[in-house]
Amino acid sequence: MQLALIILVPLLGAFAPALRRRDPVWRLALFAGLPALLSFSLLLSLLPQVLAGEVLVYQWDWISQLGLSFALRLDGLGWLFATLITGMGTLIIAYARYYFEGKATSGRFYSLILLFMFAMLGIVLSENLLFMLVFWELTSLVSFLLIGFNWHSQGARRGARMSLVITGGGGLLLLAGLLLLGQMAGSYQLSEVLLAGERIKADPRYPVMLSLVLLGAFTKSAQFPFHLWLPHAMSAPTPVSAYLHSATMVKAGLFLMARLHPAIADTELWFNLVVPTGMLTLMVGAFVAMFMHDIKGLLAYSTISHLGLIALLLGLGTPLAVSAALFHLVCHALFKAPLFMMAGMVDQATGSRDMQRINGLWRYMPVLMVLTAVPAAAMAGLPLMSGYLSKKMLFVESLQVSYPFWTTVVPVWVTLAGLFSVAYSIRIFHNVFYNGRPLDLPIYPPRQPSRRAMAPLALLTLGCLVVGFAPALVYDKVVAMAVNAASGTLVPAYDFSALSVARWPMIMSIIAMIGGALFYLARNPLFAIHSRLPEVDAKNIFEWIVDRAIAYSQRRVYQLENGSLQRYLALILVTTVGLGGWALLRFDQWQGPIALSPVDAMSVFGASVICLAALGVVVFHHARLPALLALGVCGLFVTLAFARFSAPDLALTQLSVEVMAVVIMMLALSFLPQRSPHESSLPRWTRDLTVAGIAGIGVGGLAYAVLTRPVDSISDFFLANAVPGGGGTNVVNVILVDFRGFDTLGEITVLGIAAVAVYAFTRDLHLKERVAQIADEHWVADPHPVILSMVARLVLPIALLVSAYIFLRGHNMPGGGFIAGLITAAALTLQYMAGGLVWAQERMLTQFRPLIGGGILLAGVTGMGAWVFGYPFLTSTFGYFSLPLVGKFELASALLFDLGVYATVVGSTLLILANLGKLMTVAGPGKEIG
Amino acid sequence: MSHWLILPVLLPLLCGALLITWYQASMNVQRLLSILSCLGLTLLGIYAVAQSGQGGYTLYYLGNWEAPYGITLVLDRLSALMLLVTAGLSLCCVLYACRTADRRGAHFHPLFQFQLAGINGAFLTGDMFNLFVFFEILLIASYALLLHGGGRARSRAGLHYVIINLVGSALFILAVGTLYGLTGTLNMADMARIIAESPEEKQPLITSAGLLLLVVFGIKAAVLPLLFWLPRAYSAATAPVAALFAIMTKVGIYAIIRVFLLVFGAGDDPIFPWVWVWLWPLALVTLVLGGIGVLGSASLRTMTAYLVIISVGVLLAAITLPGEETLAATLFYLIHSTILAAVFFLIADLVGRQREEGYDRFYITSPVGYRWLLGGLFFIAAIGMVGLPPFSGFISKAWLLQSAAGAPGGVLLWGGMIGASFLVLMAVSRAGSGWFWKPEPIAAPLWPLDKVCFSIVAVMLALSLSLAIWANPVMGYLLDAAAQLRDPNGYIEAVLGGLSAGGVL
Repeated sequence: MQLALIILVPLLGAFAPALRRRDPVWRLALFAGLPALLSFSLLLSLLPQVLAGEVLVYQWDWISQLGLSFALRLDGLGWLFATLITGMGTLIIAYARYYFEGKATSGRFYSLILLFMFAMLGIVLSENLLFMLVFWELTSLVSFLLIGFNWHSQGARRGARMSLVITGGGGLLLLAGLLLLGQMAGSYQLSEVLLAGERIKADPRYPVMLSLVLLGAFTKSAQFPFHLWLPHAMSAPTPVSAYLHSATMVKAGLFLMARLHPAIADTELWFNLVVPTGMLTLMVGAFVAMFMHDIKGLLAYSTISHLGLIALLLGLGTPLAVSAALFHLVCHALFKAPLFMMAGMVDQATGSRDMQRINGLWRYMPVLMVLTAVPAAAMAGLPLMSGYLSKKMLFVESLQVSYPFWTTVVPVWVTLAGLFSVAYSIRIFHNVFYNGRPLDLPIYPPRQPSRRAMAPLALLTLGCLVVGFAPALVYDKVVAMAVNAASGTLVPAYDFSALSVARWPMIMSIIAMIGGALFYLARNPLFAIHSRLPEVDAKNIFEWIVDRAIAYSQRRVYQLENGSLQRYLALILVTTVGLGGWALLRFDQWQGPIALSPVDAMSVFGASVICLAALGVVVFHHARLPALLALGVCGLFVTLAFARFSAPDLALTQLSVEVMAVVIMMLALSFLPQRSPHESSLPRWTRDLTVAGIAGIGVGGLAYAVLTRPVDSISDFFLANAVPGGGGTNVVNVILVDFRGFDTLGEITVLGIAAVAVYAFTRDLHLKERVAQIADEHWVADPHPVILSMVARLVLPIALLVSAYIFLRGHNMPGGGFIAGLITAAALTLQYMAGGLVWAQERMLTQFRPLIGGGILLAGVTGMGAWVFGYPFLTSTFGYFSLPLVGKFELASALLFDLGVYATVVGSTLLILANLGKLMTVAGPGKEIG
Repeated sequence: MSHWLILPVLLPLLCGALLITWYQASMNVQRLLSILSCLGLTLLGIYAVAQSGQGGYTLYYLGNWEAPYGITLVLDRLSALMLLVTAGLSLCCVLYACRTADRRGAHFHPLFQFQLAGINGAFLTGDMFNLFVFFEILLIASYALLLHGGGRARSRAGLHYVIINLVGSALFILAVGTLYGLTGTLNMADMARIIAESPEEKQPLITSAGLLLLVVFGIKAAVLPLLFWLPRAYSAATAPVAALFAIMTKVGIYAIIRVFLLVFGAGDDPIFPWVWVWLWPLALVTLVLGGIGVLGSASLRTMTAYLVIISVGVLLAAITLPGEETLAATLFYLIHSTILAAVFFLIADLVGRQREEGYDRFYITSPVGYRWLLGGLFFIAAIGMVGLPPFSGFISKAWLLQSAAGAPGGVLLWGGMIGASFLVLMAVSRAGSGWFWKPEPIAAPLWPLDKVCFSIVAVMLALSLSLAIWANPVMGYLLDAAAQLRDPNGYIEAVLGGLSAGGVL
């Protein structure tokens, strides 16, 4: 429970500063400081248990399928890191109280910093690897917000994005790596993973897993070449840099490497991946730091170099390398944070961080100078300082490398890097506090930093001194247990007395110190050379890469998605032909067992006409009317085919649909240009012809193969049950209204929706130009011929009578609601054509939408009627009745359903027609029809 | 007997019909009816999930005609899940529309209800031809909704949308006709049974018809060479419509799962592996295109459209991998990606309306009102979209990667998903920083932020979070659903079992 509290207290505490962000800074600092301090003291209270070698585990199931659980673990390593995180956090919060004095943004800062503390604690105290990853990504996100804290500056925005992309991207790789690791170990629980080292290292997936995990760790811990984000993260306020980018977040990668050390480390691959990376990072960071004029820039590169150093140590694999790594990690946190605080104070005091201008500050802030001297000396590794010991430990370990090539390279390399680090440490101290007088500072004379603001700095400096003077004590009480946890065995205590007498490390230290001092003395010519080199800004490179990537993506997208419907359709058809044809590649039995029926002249003639008419549509498609006529011929001959092959219902339906379709299409086409331009080129023509030809032949072949094969189909059931079950002798109609009435309900809905869609689309549509154009055209000179209107009026009652007849007999003979509806619609359409829209509107029922909706409702409610009798939706019933005069007749519930169909068909057709027609009239737009 | 299974189709259908009939009803009445219908659908969805969670299948024989002769509705865990997701999404969308877009054209609400009827019907039906009918309903309704609000961009995108989808319909009917000619039945379970028993010489024909169906569903689901209708259509649609369309590609994916694992999945030597041979590479290429498109988009709506394409790529690629757990993880990802895509479409509108100029375009720097609230919302949504913890994106991604690890080709899926996440991370961080950090602060917002709309998006994100927090029961349900899907015989027996009982229930 205490473990959960350690983590949750900062999370809960994060709300207070956010909610009370208008409070004075000191109170916000108090709000933020208390939770941090509480976590810190909780950790201290657990120290005895941890020192005794206990591993506290607290677990609560979350997602068992994933193996992800809320699992916390406190052992030596976790304790060391957690204590650093909360301890440093408390000091940073105290320090920030002065940094944010008088700024309105402090509430946001405190909130985020506690959130960040929560995330970091989560990483170091997780027992479950996936759970750890949750916090890992959270640190990237909070860090993004903190780097972009001053979002009005472009540098901050870019720095934030760059760090997010690099660390977040690393997190994605880490996810992959940890998933693999978990599968190899059989669990994500650390206690099991740490014991499965043998199995993991023997697994064939080990190299992949290791690369992914290390990429995750390297990106987070700013290892070369991913170090680029760290210097740009310095756009963040100084407390953020001091906390995230020196003491905590960047150590997360190193923590991971230490944490998983027993499970994945100390193989040849590990050495080959980690050591060169660490060495490169160490050198690049140390070298570039020397040339940074910005105090924070120098500190950032120095941090990179130290991160490289620790990574190098973790990679070496010598017996005490891990001890040295963790010891140095503690030292680094202790000396780097005060230096950052100093940078922040100098920045606020002088308004600048440029070391070429800030000089000789000892006159103005002697206390700060004294307090900075200690950490700077520790960073340089001067004798008696903490850094001296840890650097010497590095030298000792570097001499123990056993891999042939590296035996000499590593010691020389680290000595050289030590030399640079001495140089930049001297520089930061000497340049800021001595080196002449300040040069045109924005704030001159510099303001006096508050004494109390220096308290956290003083405490950390004290820490540096303690470690320097009593290394064995600190090591035994704090570091040793972490080393044991990280190496998975009991590591013997580090012999600091032997360290002080070791010969070679001493010599290497002396070389580094003298060399570093000389290098610093030679700085001016070196700076001159450096300033002549082209300036490389990683942010700009990053932006350039992103811009390139975006431009590339845009080009690709525009190439593919070019807005050409023809091309999209061609792609679809090619895919269809390709896939469908692929399945038939080895198919040779096109002719099935059923023999072909004899060919007669009628069929051949009909088929030829259909083919020719279809070709005609293609040939004439530039001129709308002939194309439409050809299409009509197609439809007519399909109708005849239906009639010829004894499907009178289909023939009737097809005929009436054909009529209405042609009328509506004529109306619609009149809005389009009468001729479409010739824009096909020969290649396109060939493409289209090929694709269409193959598709047509394919469909023909498929139909042939299918139709010549016998099949037992459900149609026998329909034939047998139409009368006894559906009460109708017209099987087609019984299928429509009974067996598959649900389909019909759906289809009339489609029709209704289409009509409503036309209404909705044309309601607010204005085609003024088009209307004027139509009025000018000569063929509308006599829009409503007298003969037509007279005939139309005569036809109307007859047509209505016919449709009523067709409707009523539909259940037993060809007919039904659908056909009847179309006939009624055709008759009414004739009135529109003959009399004109306005004329017809005045004389006719115009409530088309209620007709549509009512039809669907009627069909639906009829279907629901079956519920009353305990039958499923759309169950029909019928009975035979007899009346005087009329005689015996049948009433079926399906008739009501069919009436719904009828109403919807009439309503839909006329709604479409009337609204398309409305567009033609000058007065039309604006007035709702139907 | 219980009739509730027809209600997910009938309720919105009749609601839509009523709204058309009573077209003079005031906007408030229309809204009330529409919201009530969506609320009812949500309750039905919850009931359906509870019902199917007990195991087994719920059947409904329409017209009291036994399978395979009549049309049968079949509810299994997958269809129940889809019903619930659709209903929840529709409730959010309709509430959002009531605050914004439903006045911008005629008959928003009835069209919306018809659309829902079509989608729900497609999820419930156990009949091939009936599936075609419902595809028609949802196609024509979605076309009408796409045009809602009018304007050049919508008409243009709508034309491509409807023509391409009509070609799809034509292919659909061709494929169903072929299958009917070969099997003599339309009921999916019956067809599956007959295909499993059909002689060797018919196999190529059946496979060919199956691949035609893949093209049909591929158009709906938006897989690579068939997806070009999607980006413009989705980015042109009104916000709540686009958000509802987040489920539309999933209808295609549902159909692929249903038809290929059931109809082409029974027997000792099922046909679906022949289909997967094609689907797998196409899905991976779709994933890559989606990633590229996300990076290259000029507006949030276009970006979201490509995010949808990424999710389609992931889903379809994962479907082809063997194993129950992968399928379950795929379904989890399906829920997650639907919610997040809808959220992004709504956020594009929410933010766009508060920007002084440029609406949701990235290349215009414009002051934005309510920078903190909207920025925070965008930040959280972006976390969910990239798949960072603790939202459902992370859980679904981790599960999918985990379950796909051992599968052949799993490496490609891993690479594709992680690469796509990375590109999305780049794109959204750039978008967010350009929208909320770059511009000068605004003196006063253009108009007050719509609290209801904001809360809807917040609730949807909370859903995504709770999906992650309470993932355990969801995963259990999905594993059972996947087990059900991998066992087509259970479905066939359940549906055709009524045959021996004489049909009447």
